[in-house]
Amino acid sequence: MLGYILRRILIAIPTLLLVSIFVFGLQKLLPGDPVLALAGEERDPEVLAFLREKYRLNDPVIEQYMFWLGGVLRGDLGVSIRTNQPVTELIGEKLPVTIQLAIMSMFVAIIIGVPMGIVSAVRKGTWLDYVANIVALSGLSIPNFWLGIMLILLISVNLGWLPASGYVNPWDDPWRSFQTMLMPAFVLGTSLAATLMRHTRSAMLGVLQTDYIRTARAKGLRERRVILRHAFRNAVLPVITLTALLFGEMLAGAVLTEQIFSIPGFGKLIVDAVFNRDYAVVQGVVLCTAVGFIGMNLVADVLYVVLNPRMRGAT
Amino acid sequence: MTDLAQSALRRSPSRSWGKLRANRGAMVGAAIVVVFVVLAVLAPLLPITEPTVTDWAAIRKPPSATAWLGTDELGRDLLSRMIWGARASLMAGVISVAIALAVGVPIGVLAGYFGGWTDQIISRATDALLAMPFLILAIALAAFLGPSLTNAMIAIGLSAVPIFIRLTRGQVLAVKVEDYVEGARAVGLGHMRIMQRYILPNVFAPILVQATLTIASAIIAEASLSFLGLGQQPPAPSWGSMLNTAKSFLEQAPWLAIWPGVAIFLVVIGFNLFGDGLRDALDPREN
Repeated sequence: MLGYILRRILIAIPTLLLVSIFVFGLQKLLPGDPVLALAGEERDPEVLAFLREKYRLNDPVIEQYMFWLGGVLRGDLGVSIRTNQPVTELIGEKLPVTIQLAIMSMFVAIIIGVPMGIVSAVRKGTWLDYVANIVALSGLSIPNFWLGIMLILLISVNLGWLPASGYVNPWDDPWRSFQTMLMPAFVLGTSLAATLMRHTRSAMLGVLQTDYIRTARAKGLRERRVILRHAFRNAVLPVITLTALLFGEMLAGAVLTEQIFSIPGFGKLIVDAVFNRDYAVVQGVVLCTAVGFIGMNLVADVLYVVLNPRMRGAT
Repeated sequence: MTDLAQSALRRSPSRSWGKLRANRGAMVGAAIVVVFVVLAVLAPLLPITEPTVTDWAAIRKPPSATAWLGTDELGRDLLSRMIWGARASLMAGVISVAIALAVGVPIGVLAGYFGGWTDQIISRATDALLAMPFLILAIALAAFLGPSLTNAMIAIGLSAVPIFIRLTRGQVLAVKVEDYVEGARAVGLGHMRIMQRYILPNVFAPILVQATLTIASAIIAEASLSFLGLGQQPPAPSWGSMLNTAKSFLEQAPWLAIWPGVAIFLVVIGFNLFGDGLRDALDPREN
C-alpha cells in the first residue's frame, strides 16, 4: 500500500510542475510591462527598477521561472500589493473559512444526493425516478449565485429567518456560525447533490442487476436489507471517490457563493485580488487550488484501493 | 458528464435522428434553445426600446402593461435588456465552445493517434490544466487578460480545452485500432489523410454531445464572470451583470433578480436536456 501511495505521489510530480508553469505563465498574459502591475499605483522609476531587479524581470524567462519556482518551493508565493502581507499568510487565514463551507456543503450534498440516487435507482421508471431526475437536472442548471440571491430574498429579506450575509467564527459562537453558513452551504451543496445523485443512481443500477442481489432476494431477505446492506454497500465505493473528486468543483462554486454571502474565504480572496490587480494573490490561489485538487485526486485513488478489497492485491 | 459523453458512439444518422425526435426531454430542450436563439437573433427587429436607453421617470418600476418585466435602477426596460442579454449569453456559450473545440480536438487527435511521447506530454499538460477548476482558471485568465466579454469568451474557451483534449484522445485511442484505420495505413495513406478521413468523422458523435453540454456550462461561466464584473461591461446588457446589480436592490426591486436568473436557468436546462437526449440517441447501448 505504501509503495502504491509513493508511486501515485511520484506520478503527481510532473503534473504539479506543469501546473506551476501554467500559473507562472499567467503573468506573461498581462498586457504591457508586468512591473507596472506588480507596482500597483506606484510609478516611481526607482521603485520600478527595484521591483524589476527583485523579480528578475530582466532575466530570460526560464531563469525567471526557476527563481519563482524556488520561492514557491520555500513557501514564498510573493507579497500582496494591497495588504503587503505574504500570500501564503493570506491563504492560510482564508482557507479554514472555505473548508468549513466545503464540509457543510458536502454534508448537504450527501444527505440530499445519495438518498435521492438510491430511491431513483430502486424505483427506476416510476414517477419518483422521474422527479428525482428532474430535480437533479435542475440542480445542475441553476446558477448557484442566482439560487443564493433567491434564498436571501425569500429567507432573509421576506421571512427574516437567517442572516443574509457575513461570517462568524465557529470557535467564537458555534450556533451563530452555523446559522450564517446554512444558506451558503445549501446553495453550494445543491449542485454537488445533483452530481452525487446521478452517480449514486448509476452505481446502484449497476449493482442491482448483479447475481448476488438476485441471490439475496431469493434467500428471502427483506427488500430494505437487500438495498441498504447488499446493494448500497457495493455501490457506495465510486460515490465516495467521487466525493473527493468534487473538491475542485466545490472550490469553484465557493468563489461565487462567498461573493454573494460576503464570506471572507478563499473564493472571495481571489475575486478581491482580481479587482485590486493583486496578481501574486491570484497566482497563489490558483496554484493552491490545483495542488489541493491533485491532493484530493490522490486521496480518492488511495481510498478506492483501501475500500475495495479486490484492488488491494493489484497495488 | 464527460464520462457519459464518452460512451456516445457512432450509429446510423437516421436512426439516431428518429431516437432524438422521440425523446420528449430533448425536444423540449431544443424548443427552449430555439426560442432564445430566435429572440437573440431578432432582437434588433423586435418592437422593444433600446436596452441602454435610460428613463429617470421610470426608475425601478415593477412589471406593468408598459414594461412587461419592469424597469431597472436606471429606468431601462428589463424585457429589452433580457432579450439583448440573450445575445451575449448565447454568443459566449457558442464562441467559447468553438474555441475549445478548435484547440482541444486537434491536440486530442494528435495525442491519441501518435501515442508515445506526444501523448505523454499532452496528457500530463491536460492533467495539469484539469487540476485548475474551470471557473477559477477562467477567473484568473479573465483577470490577466482584462475584463471584457471577448476576453471572458477566450478565458472560458481555453479553460474548456482540456475537456475536449481528454475526450478526443480517448475516442481516437478506441478508433485507431479499428480495421478500417489499419486498412487505410496498409494502403499507404498519410497520417493527415487518415486523421481527416477516418479518425475525425468517427469520433465526431461524442464530441458533439460534449460540446452541447459544455455550451450549458459556458453560459453559466459567462454569467458568473459577468456577475463578478469580469465579463460583459456596462452599459451593455448581460444576464450575469444584471444579477450583480439586482443584488443591491433585493428589498426595493426583487423583480430585477428574478428574470435574469430564470432566463439563465431555462437556457442552460434547454442545452442540458438536448445534450442528454443527443447522448442517448447516439449511444448504441441505449438500443
